[in-house]
Amino acid sequence: MRRFLFEQTWSAVCLALCVLFIGSRATAQESPYIVTYDHYMEEPGNLDVEYFSNVGTQRGGNDFHAFWTEFEYGAKAWWTTEFYLDAQSTFDQSTIFTGFRWENRFRLLKLEHIVNPVLYVEYEQISEADKTIKEVEGHDVEADGAVPNSVARHEQDHEMEFKLLLSSTFKGWNVALNPLATKNLSPSDPWEFGYALGVSRPLALKASPRACNFCPENFIAGAEIYGGLGDAQSFGLHDTSHYIAPAIAWNLPSGWTVRVSPGFGLNDNSHRLLVRWGLSREFSQVGDLVRGLLGKSR
Amino acid sequence: MKNKILCALTLVTFGLSFFARNTYGAKTIDGQRTADGDRLQPRQFSEFQKIPEKARVRPNPLQTDPDAWAAGKKLFAMHCAECHGESAEGSRKAPNLHAREVQNATPGELFWILTNGVVRHGMPVWSKLPEPERWQIVTFLKSMPTPVVEVAPGEEFRRHSRQAKSIRPEAHKNKTNDGVS
Repeated sequence: MRRFLFEQTWSAVCLALCVLFIGSRATAQESPYIVTYDHYMEEPGNLDVEYFSNVGTQRGGNDFHAFWTEFEYGAKAWWTTEFYLDAQSTFDQSTIFTGFRWENRFRLLKLEHIVNPVLYVEYEQISEADKTIKEVEGHDVEADGAVPNSVARHEQDHEMEFKLLLSSTFKGWNVALNPLATKNLSPSDPWEFGYALGVSRPLALKASPRACNFCPENFIAGAEIYGGLGDAQSFGLHDTSHYIAPAIAWNLPSGWTVRVSPGFGLNDNSHRLLVRWGLSREFSQVGDLVRGLLGKSR
Repeated sequence: MKNKILCALTLVTFGLSFFARNTYGAKTIDGQRTADGDRLQPRQFSEFQKIPEKARVRPNPLQTDPDAWAAGKKLFAMHCAECHGESAEGSRKAPNLHAREVQNATPGELFWILTNGVVRHGMPVWSKLPEPERWQIVTFLKSMPTPVVEVAPGEEFRRHSRQAKSIRPEAHKNKTNDGVS
């Protein structure tokens, strides 16, 4: 309990510091995707602080509320680095910290093309109790979530995850496909595979001349499908779970973005319902601010 | 133990990010540090020379749209001003958009730069904005006043070499109505 309190307090302090000390806000055009990635990177020097919730149903166990915080920083126009802190509450059990992830995305081509590739590399150290379901890989199935927290939290995974983010935008429509491969750093575990596919479009393609919260161009609607593809020893769709999730993002002129995405399991191995929502805010030129705090000229 | 590792990794992550930012961010968009840190050299606009002819001659479909300028101004404030400055006067990391190179560029050239960015020099890709919104920004950019080159009497031969350092878009503000030429 003390450890959990420390972790939560620590997360809260990080968020508070960001909000208090970071300078001006920036307005981004965030996509509605929660699992899928498009090829757009964080603007250089900007920090996006995001909070997400994932409430899910669990057959054979208790429903849960998983949540995570993301710190996404644009190191370069072609390189975005992101740090995650994951936690979950399983109803009538406990609330636990489940681990962290560090991801990096590298834009591979200089110019825009019909299909734009981005390389995604992530290291994660999470416990088996993690229920954020940020991606589905291998033979991940709903039954995995039925293990009580008191048991699952002691199983720690150290994994490397690689994705090829393929994304295309045409006439306002974005289509993104993310094949993924994951390797547990334990030598005996095989490579696991998965996919995510997303489609989205703003509700209006032209901006209105006045500042407004409810203008249709502030809303981007879409849908994503994601699931597992087995592992190197048994590649395929058997014993895998799959989801479809309509999604909408509301980009407010104040710099906040709200995302909502109910997800529905597509087979008996999937959670029946995953309700996700997120709140994020982008802060501009954090690098300059830090240099200023360190006394360097801006 | 886990908490210590967590804290250490967080510090390393942000440390690396800020190191990259500090190492590369202090350069201007052509990778050369400028003498005074704030002014930009004209050669930074060399990206215009790489634009394909087909894109260069592309007309602005919203040129006569009565709302395009105001919408472009709004979009500029939302997405561009943080680097280029609220009045597009430029900064250490992004060029002055009142500069002659920008104002002499065709709408198609500006649209191409917006769409493709100048990724290796720090300008992100803006194709995430729908095409009409990018044209609205182009409409706003093309309405900006052209630069004034301050030349002291007897210094005319040095005009061109000092051009970028002498750009003073502020001088136009009193001559134009809200930035519209």
